[in-house]
Amino acid sequence: MMNADLRRERAAATFQPELLTHILDGGAERTRRRKEIEALVINDPDFQHEDLNFLSRSQRYEQAIRKSALMVMKLREYGIADPEEIYWFKRTCLGNFPEPFGLHFSMFQKTLETQTTDTQKKKWLPLVRGVKIIGTYAQTEMGHGTHLRGLETTATYDPATQEFILNSPTVTSIKWWPGGLGKTSNHAIVLAQLYTQGQCKGLHAFIVPIRQLGTHEPLPGITVGDIGPKFGYDEMDNGYLKMDNFRIPRENMLMKYAQVEPDGTYVKPLSDKLTYGTMVFIRSLIVGDSAQSLSRACTIAIRYSAVRHQSELKPGEPEPQILDYQTQQYKLFPLLATAYAFHFVGAYIKDTYRRISGDINEGDLSELPELHALTAGLKAFASWTANAGIEECRMACGGHGYSRCSGIPDIYVTFTPSCTYEGENTVMMLQTARFLVKSYNQVSSGQRVTGMVSYLNDLSRQRIQPQHVAARPVTVRINDPLSLVEAYKARAARLVEAAAENLQAELNHRKSKEDAWNRTSVDLVRASEAHCHYVVVKLFAAKLPEVSNAAVRAVLTELCLLYALYGISKNTGDFLQAGILSDAQVTQVNQRVKELLAIIRPNAVALVDSFDFHDVHLGSVLGRYDGNVYENMFEWAKKSPLNKTQVHESFHKHLKPMQAKL
Amino acid sequence: SVNPDIASERQTPSFSVEKLTARLDGGVEQTRMRRAVVEAIESDPEFSRESQYFQSQNERYEAAVRKAVHLQKKMHEMGWTENGPEYKYIYRALSGDVAFLLHRIFVRSISMLGSDEQIAKWIPLASQYQLIGSYAQTELGHGTYLQGLETTAVFDSSTQEFILNTPKISAMKWWPGDMGRSATHTVAFAQLYIHGKCYGIHPFIVQIRSLQDHSLCPGITAGDIGPKMNFEHADNGYLMLQNVRIPRENMLSKFCEVQPDGTYVRRGSQKINYFTMTTVRISLLSDEVLAPLMKACTIAIRYSVVRRQSKLKPGEQEAKILDYQTQQEKLLPQLAAAYAFHFINDYLQELFNRAYREIQRKNFDTLPELHAFSSGFKALVTQHCTSGVEICLRACGGHGYSLLSGLPSLYTKILASCIYEGENTILLLQTARFLIKCFMAASAGQPVPPSVTYLAAVKPSKCPAKNKLDFLSPDIYTEAYQHSAVRLISSTAAKLQDLVQSGVKKYDAWNRCTVQLVQAAKAHCHYITVKNFAETVERLETKAGIQKIMKHLCDLFALHGIFSNAGVFLHDGYISGAQMDMVTASYLDLLAVIRKDAVPLVDAFDFTDKSLNSALGSYDGQVYQRLYEWAQKSPTNTQMNPAYERYLKPLLHNTLSKL
Repeated sequence: MMNADLRRERAAATFQPELLTHILDGGAERTRRRKEIEALVINDPDFQHEDLNFLSRSQRYEQAIRKSALMVMKLREYGIADPEEIYWFKRTCLGNFPEPFGLHFSMFQKTLETQTTDTQKKKWLPLVRGVKIIGTYAQTEMGHGTHLRGLETTATYDPATQEFILNSPTVTSIKWWPGGLGKTSNHAIVLAQLYTQGQCKGLHAFIVPIRQLGTHEPLPGITVGDIGPKFGYDEMDNGYLKMDNFRIPRENMLMKYAQVEPDGTYVKPLSDKLTYGTMVFIRSLIVGDSAQSLSRACTIAIRYSAVRHQSELKPGEPEPQILDYQTQQYKLFPLLATAYAFHFVGAYIKDTYRRISGDINEGDLSELPELHALTAGLKAFASWTANAGIEECRMACGGHGYSRCSGIPDIYVTFTPSCTYEGENTVMMLQTARFLVKSYNQVSSGQRVTGMVSYLNDLSRQRIQPQHVAARPVTVRINDPLSLVEAYKARAARLVEAAAENLQAELNHRKSKEDAWNRTSVDLVRASEAHCHYVVVKLFAAKLPEVSNAAVRAVLTELCLLYALYGISKNTGDFLQAGILSDAQVTQVNQRVKELLAIIRPNAVALVDSFDFHDVHLGSVLGRYDGNVYENMFEWAKKSPLNKTQVHESFHKHLKPMQAKL
Repeated sequence: SVNPDIASERQTPSFSVEKLTARLDGGVEQTRMRRAVVEAIESDPEFSRESQYFQSQNERYEAAVRKAVHLQKKMHEMGWTENGPEYKYIYRALSGDVAFLLHRIFVRSISMLGSDEQIAKWIPLASQYQLIGSYAQTELGHGTYLQGLETTAVFDSSTQEFILNTPKISAMKWWPGDMGRSATHTVAFAQLYIHGKCYGIHPFIVQIRSLQDHSLCPGITAGDIGPKMNFEHADNGYLMLQNVRIPRENMLSKFCEVQPDGTYVRRGSQKINYFTMTTVRISLLSDEVLAPLMKACTIAIRYSVVRRQSKLKPGEQEAKILDYQTQQEKLLPQLAAAYAFHFINDYLQELFNRAYREIQRKNFDTLPELHAFSSGFKALVTQHCTSGVEICLRACGGHGYSLLSGLPSLYTKILASCIYEGENTILLLQTARFLIKCFMAASAGQPVPPSVTYLAAVKPSKCPAKNKLDFLSPDIYTEAYQHSAVRLISSTAAKLQDLVQSGVKKYDAWNRCTVQLVQAAKAHCHYITVKNFAETVERLETKAGIQKIMKHLCDLFALHGIFSNAGVFLHDGYISGAQMDMVTASYLDLLAVIRKDAVPLVDAFDFTDKSLNSALGSYDGQVYQRLYEWAQKSPTNTQMNPAYERYLKPLLHNTLSKL
């Protein structure tokens, strides 16, 4: 039976959640197919298991391996091969947890598909696709992360035997963190500094067998293991790998681009921009993942807030739903709006990537730098925001949010590493800033720029006037999304300009470019954030006219306004200082935000229902679709390992003797 | 050997680390005593936390109980007592990883709320551990709002007993520590009914487990609430009561009593019931909130001088990550906040000690102000420190995510403090209520408590700073904070009044202003923290460089606050756009200044390697070696990998379908 509060909430919605679900999925047909695939998992007894929170880390790893192996078999059985369909299938199996084989399919297989010669493809791809071998991608070292050039692992070519000799020369060079490396994989793609004919040729990728096929024992010369317990990712055997004079044949270097000939001659790759492709792809996935994770947390927190009653609003009346408190709405609804915004941004990047990667295959790389710069910043912007947002959702659930049964701790610990992996966020923001400054300099020197940074072109026209670009008043209409896009644009322009000018001032004072850059980096990060924020508002606003159903368009417009106005109210300093908004307008914005909270309130539950997560996706007692929270918390707690016996053994071991002695 | 990268950081500190440590401890003698206690605890292998990161919830719980029991022995051996000066250092030395913490709250609540007879009966039993206590307030469906609790205690005059009941599932006691497995008794809060009339929430001593075999008493259902983000060592529990009868004497009756015939007698203010929580809010700051932030800063800053990444100058070695402005901007404000909150904590402790003496004399005049202080600062400090620890965690990149860094455990532990002992938003609203009341009184020319007299001095003005150096003047920034606090409080009060005058019901008007009220309460507490920091710096000794470096940190704390809340200060033009650029410039300059002393500043917190329990944060800076060694100890490396035989092998050999 459904909780009465949730039933009321659902009945009061002003739109049909399914219609919004179709928009998120990209069409009614895709929603149908997604649900069909999810049902394959949900109704399959083979995928049932005990709540992972009650298991030890080793048990969780074992469960995850069981599931991973099962997924391989089932996908084969069902003939599911489309990447998106595989994704739907897997996320339903995995809930909020990672998969130890994850890197086998993403990085290992993907790299082999894109960076090998035809001969290599013929040899390796059948083994990989058939899971005859299990591989991972070993890049990060204990002492080196995002800065790839700093990696220390060496691969020295020996023409006498036509082999590469791999070494981990220092403690800091030990490969550290790769998922699936510790216990699961028997092969790895290893990134190492290539030495041939006495010269270092920089980083290259090599296929390295690490465990004996058949026995799974580490090969001689290989030291491999698990890096120990982490914040989350209990399922994943993130590993270390140390190599001592480990030899692999010459053919194990990935040679689609750079090559080492049998005599040791090094053949340079045509363009290093090509390796951007995979990075752009993975980072675009993180934007989508930010939307997913934040949506889950919002679903849990908003449903729970409709079920939970606390204190009194009106004297003498029953305790109200906590979702009726303005402070609670203020915590949750902007995040709900953000989750929608990131959905649309994620979809946009995916589409753009798909379009551009077609161009890349035809040799047109012209759009890559901008997309690379944009995804770096958006990856950081989205993952930082979602990371903080998930925690806000958890906090908004009070004490029960802290229990593992809320599911939000799992969402958080699984998501938070995305602020670090695939490019540490601050470094990502600075990459975007580099592109912004470059574009700004182009405009200053009279060139025009295109794409998302085209607003910088306006700077050249205003340069004739003595004042700053954004000092010109923008007439902001706070109920018009497009007008708000202009306000964000003006803020971004102002902060990019300020950062670029500060950078120039530092350059005028000091010798080194790097030093000046470092001394401006706080400004530069702010500029990048403002740019990304603008892009998100723009893409959200651009989505609205595409929505045909009036009721759905109305709620999405409210969310879009809330997203934009809340962002202003959180960054009023930027808008005030640049003169984009007056004091009075800021007060209006703050007021409008609160009005929007009240307007969105009746649709809040329907808006999270539209994300259409099944309970198995959420893994949360608080976020259950039926809202029967308390009964199920009690049921869940009874399964806790500490409750296995009525009297815990500690009583006999420690408590009783103590009381006897005292 | 000490890593040369960290050794070089310690060569030329601008101040005496040892003297600063003594200042933080409150004197040289306190430092000596603290170190002696820490040494005694850490040299005892029974208290080792070495395997903590590898243990299951069951193992953690058992270890905590074992340690708690051993601690009794140790205290006896060392001649430490619960009232002795050493006591406060014990918990710090154990990093809280010990059972029976709620037992202390049990004892404290009886001491505060019990009659003399009750104290005489229960306290000796508790101190002898003849019973183990807990404190059961929160219910499954009810938290901070005490009036909403649903557990009932009905007085039965015929048997002179209270009958306790959990009328429905949402009324089940949920969360109390030590209750899931350990406690034999608890102080349970319930709605008191006498002859059908409800008298509100009162505390009752309830026995829940047998003193003989530890089995549950009749009518009691209790157990562990299951895994949480942290506190695996604590058996947070649930408790369901079905017609549990307890004698009349088990209601704690210092302030209220039910007489044999059912007459209800009240002595003094009901508010005293909340005083336990009020003091707990303040007393938890030091160990539960400040220590984790200080530890996190220690770990992150030490790691940031060992970790090298990318090059700042071509041809040079990769730079220490602490040399990057962006890294400084993450960590150094947290370091400054740790000091700011250390000093505000000193201030609050003193305030409460004074007030406690008054309350003992049944003078409750200061209660509203104390309540506002404890609520607001509990919220402000826990929130800042929690986000500070999280920033430290993320500033350590991938390695911060490893439990072996120590940071995830610090984070998951401290973040509970935002919720327990009063959810922060609700607490801030309580402070706001006090502020609005005082503002109204002040505007009407009535006297207000000393902490809020500044509200009376509302005067429109502009910040007088002329250049970026002016913003290093405590008067300038303290004024700015004061101005913004007054503005936020007064504008919210005006808004409330407008709404009420336009016919909106009072409670509704309040709810519509709560977002602003929260902001106003934060601004007030932030202002007091800055002001107190500046005043503390004034009083510090000028020699040994202490005052100078603390002044820098105070400036950084204040300017970081303005920088990150620029809109609040720009809003009415108190600070102009040009002045805001000066603030930013001064703020960024300070980062580079404090950078030089960053490692000595965390060394001054004086945490031992064992108490940090971090592969990244040890004193010697041997990060990578330690990380590698500790990882080897993981059970995933020392035990068999059954998953291979069971699942991987069949998969690789394509025989899985036969499973």
